[in-house]
Amino acid sequence: MFVQIDNISKQFQTQSGNLTVLKNININIDRGEFVCIVGASGSGKSTLLRQIAGLDTPSSGEIRIAGVPVKGPSPDRGMVFQNYTLYPWLSVQENTEFGLKLQGVSKRERRERASYYLNVVGLSDFARCLPNELSGGMKQRVAIARALVCEPQILLMDEPFGALDIHTKESMHEFIIDLWQRTKITILSITHDVEEAVFLSNRIFVLSSRPGTVKKEMTINLAERGANIKRHTIFQDYRDELMVLLRQYGAEGLVAAKV
Amino acid sequence: MQLKSRNNRDRDSLNAENRSSLRPSVFWRLVEDIPQPLNWVLIGISIGLPLILWWGVTTFGSIDAKFLPSPAAVAIAFQRLWSTGELQQDTIASLWRVGVGFFLSALFAIPIGIVMGSFRSIRALLEPLFGLMRYMPAPAFIPLLILYQGIDEAPKVMLIFIGTFFFNALMVMDTVKFVSKDLIEATYILGGNRLQTLLMVIFPHVIPGILDACRINLAAAWQLVIVAELIAATEGLGRRISVAGRFLRTDEIFVGIIVIGTIGLALDLLFQYLIRVFCKWSERN
Repeated sequence: MFVQIDNISKQFQTQSGNLTVLKNININIDRGEFVCIVGASGSGKSTLLRQIAGLDTPSSGEIRIAGVPVKGPSPDRGMVFQNYTLYPWLSVQENTEFGLKLQGVSKRERRERASYYLNVVGLSDFARCLPNELSGGMKQRVAIARALVCEPQILLMDEPFGALDIHTKESMHEFIIDLWQRTKITILSITHDVEEAVFLSNRIFVLSSRPGTVKKEMTINLAERGANIKRHTIFQDYRDELMVLLRQYGAEGLVAAKV
Repeated sequence: MQLKSRNNRDRDSLNAENRSSLRPSVFWRLVEDIPQPLNWVLIGISIGLPLILWWGVTTFGSIDAKFLPSPAAVAIAFQRLWSTGELQQDTIASLWRVGVGFFLSALFAIPIGIVMGSFRSIRALLEPLFGLMRYMPAPAFIPLLILYQGIDEAPKVMLIFIGTFFFNALMVMDTVKFVSKDLIEATYILGGNRLQTLLMVIFPHVIPGILDACRINLAAAWQLVIVAELIAATEGLGRRISVAGRFLRTDEIFVGIIVIGTIGLALDLLFQYLIRVFCKWSERN
């Protein structure tokens, strides 16, 4: 297995005692998969992603990527945040190069690799713009290019399209699917958007709330992933099934939290 | 049924008569831009009206010119001080003191402020002391400074340093909190270590905040130099006012005060310009 999430638990110290956010999470991902983790608010899905990124360490359990345990953040695991975290004083080109600059890559190679990925995300014409001149969808594409330039083993996305309007979101869905098919990169994305999860992933993990545990694993078999697929019954069946699961485990969490 | 329809009718009439909608306004718009021409007219009134009042009071009133000289008398005094070169000499002396004192203050306060804002440990170490020092009025140190350093340039520069260093450091520290945690974490994920994150992300991010802090504290430095010169100096705008006062040259006092104010405003505008030009990306614009 390429990504092994092995019995992860996470507790936080709060004023009212220990809070268990994640409990016994086991997830395995193959190279080249597109996996979504879906959960209601309070399911700890963002916390889980932070553990995988190495921004936080689990209370127990271990995460391995290509056999190597995760010890801290590294460019091996690219990440795209919900709030476009671009450097506002740097141009699109400089933003894309920034990871390579931090790693000490020569100026020339930096420029070439960043230009290549800006072309991949379709933003070559905007290389000299500042982030605040771009739309939300474009900013997110820069963030994706900036992560891909470092040639990570896995791309982690934390509700990457959550702040976008519905039309931009849909075109970003098609964009990321196309990108995934071309680059064959492994992607792990977090969302609470059921349609997004079914449209993008080949596997979905459903998390319950408080504490977050894996309640269900769904494999999605869609013949093609064009814009029209959303009208097919098979898509709608997947969506409805996921919606029911999410409602059930989300509600369970609420009851559990009250008790 | 009867009752219900009456209630409805009452409610309808209430809506129509008593609930007026917000009326549009130009002058009283809340936190919104006003039309450019109106803007310029208001700026003109803001400067012009006090001038006209001043002129009117001195021309038609019966105030002794020893207490309130007319604008014309002040203009003549300005010309006189300018032609002898005294005004330029005084201005340069005051500007030099502010420049050196404030430059040294910023030189130390900016890195210390950034480090205080970035590391909670350093903050806990320095903030209590700085917070206390900030509330000790700098002019209260003048007797000590004269005792330690005499009456040369050193105590004046030192006064400006003491009077602005702690404000500068604490205000720079405060700007660091506007660097989002996500941006710092994104940098770690791109392979940045802590030093790189400090120098290549936090520092550029706070530059507009630093310029703004300097802009505000420069006003304090400019006031302190005048205070220092009022007490002991051989030249400088503060000294000019002090000497003029001794000889009842009210017109020269007015020249001094107006020049001080104008230079202060010019420095403020200069910093605003720097922020606009060099920090196009900043939300402060």
